[in-house]
Amino acid sequence: MKEFKGKILFLDRSDINTDEIIPAKYLTEIEKTAMKPHLLEDLKLDGFDSGIDIKDKAIIVTRENFGCGSSREHAPWALEENGIAVVIAPSFARIFRQNMYNCGMLAIELSQDRINTIFNEFGKATAQISVDIEASEIVIQSKDQIKTIEFKISEFDKTLIQTGGWVEYADMHY
Amino acid sequence: MGKTIAEKIFKTHLVDEPFGDVNVLKLDMVFCHEITTPTAIQDLVNRGKDRVFDPKKIKAVIDHVTPAKDSKTAMQGKILREWAKRHGIKDFFDIGQNGVCHAIFPEKGFVRPGFTIIMGDSHTCTHGAFGAFAAGVGTTDLEVGILKGVCTFKTPQTYKIEIVGTLSKGVFAKDIILKVIKELTVNGATNMVIEFRGNIVDEMNMDQRMTLSNMAVEAGATSGICLPDMTTVDYLWKFIKDDYSSRQEALEVFSRFRSDDDAVYTKLKTIDVSDLVPLTTFGYKPDNVKSVSQMKEIRLDQVYIGSCTNGRLEDLRIAAKVLKGHTISKHIRGIVSPATPKIFSQAMKEGILKIFMDSGFCVTNPTCGACLGMSNGVLADSEVAAATTNRNFNGRMGKGGMVHLMSPATAAASAIKGEISNSNLYCE
Ligand code: SF4
Repeated sequence: MKEFKGKILFLDRSDINTDEIIPAKYLTEIEKTAMKPHLLEDLKLDGFDSGIDIKDKAIIVTRENFGCGSSREHAPWALEENGIAVVIAPSFARIFRQNMYNCGMLAIELSQDRINTIFNEFGKATAQISVDIEASEIVIQSKDQIKTIEFKISEFDKTLIQTGGWVEYADMHY
Repeated sequence: MGKTIAEKIFKTHLVDEPFGDVNVLKLDMVFCHEITTPTAIQDLVNRGKDRVFDPKKIKAVIDHVTPAKDSKTAMQGKILREWAKRHGIKDFFDIGQNGVCHAIFPEKGFVRPGFTIIMGDSHTCTHGAFGAFAAGVGTTDLEVGILKGVCTFKTPQTYKIEIVGTLSKGVFAKDIILKVIKELTVNGATNMVIEFRGNIVDEMNMDQRMTLSNMAVEAGATSGICLPDMTTVDYLWKFIKDDYSSRQEALEVFSRFRSDDDAVYTKLKTIDVSDLVPLTTFGYKPDNVKSVSQMKEIRLDQVYIGSCTNGRLEDLRIAAKVLKGHTISKHIRGIVSPATPKIFSQAMKEGILKIFMDSGFCVTNPTCGACLGMSNGVLADSEVAAATTNRNFNGRMGKGGMVHLMSPATAAASAIKGEISNSNLYCE
């Protein structure tokens, strides 16, 4: 199981699509490692510089409908290759969300209000999150405050994460 | 309590419900192309699981970049080609026989009402036009589909969209689906199945229904389903005539999947298209939609007619009708890619390709090509294209490029004028 812990990358925009996460021109790569330098390189977002802002980050906090568009699993791979194994948002596109869990990564849905709170209270600071899957809790921490937020994770998603993904599970059971 | 078509398909394909709302479904078809499948193949090989559940239920095509444009795309083709050979996958379409996946697989008769289909491609929802549950998936789901012939989905919630009224001349299925996406927004149907209903859908042929179902995912939907009817049976008849004694009998069998009158829907919407005008997109999201007449002096560099949305025979016929006797604007690069070899040769026979060429268009082989900005007409920075494709995301057709989505009629008219404009087929 992966480590779900680390610094937050805030992406304050809704509908960030998979072409922005990893452009189609890199889909000719067969090796996941080739995705690493290109994560979010086409993202249109004021003040965001993919070359600088991604470094050292482990968790993305963003707005609605993250991962819409193409079905490419290269999007979670590009995150994974950069050490990002968790995305927290009010909602996800279906295929992207499924791809995340299938790869043993976390796509956590929190209410709009909760996301607003995280942006407002931690968005400007250097903040950290650690995720406790067993307790279904995330703990957010900055220099001067700490906050615990519960989240929902289905038994199935939990099992996928714990058994190392859907391929192993399915081959065992079907 | 009645059931929707999606619920009926789920019920007949359910293998397991291991946890809560997780349905493991048996798959009737797994479709593959050369962009997302090689990574799945590679991973299966690495895991020591290089197997396929049933070579007859796996169909594969090289369509996104064909002919290969460089060593990397050549390698993707090679991996798929060798895998198909090694596992006896007979329905593998390589150069000369290949076309855009969501056009060629229905054309070959691989889709049936009531089928479950997955593919590592978000526009797999296209096949819902036949009354199938067809959904795009990522590489891992595709791998498991290939290996075990199953996939998991949540119990479907259905968004019933009734499209009613009478359509004006020069307004097409593409305009309707752009209108639907505008109303629903890009995530209005996330995790839902759209069921397209209403007299307009009943009157549509299969090409038009495929255009509609194709873009369901642009509103976030898992699949976009039209109910099977006599139009579906007629389209499929040449493939199924040995299985049924008459078209009527086939219709009766397929009709078992039609939604019941008292089916329960999560959401409902009725859209009257009587006043609908030709539409186009203006931003980087498919729900940024305006009427063509509101788009003043949008100068274009390229017009692209093709793709799984609008590269079918009827689309080419309509565009040719607009282009006939005209030449496209001097500064426009016109590119048309008939979606399959069959469409290509029929368009040649009907003189459609000559009309395109006489007007100044370049006719390319069937391929996804410029649709996803990988080959065959990639845009340069700050260039603007009109396209009959389905996605206008930033950078979709090339970094820094802008794409306006529209119907083939509007695209052809825009090519003549050199800027976005209504076609002469449209009577205001
Ligand atoms: S034509 Fe475009 S949208 Fe359709 S399958 Fe090909 S790349 Fe995808």
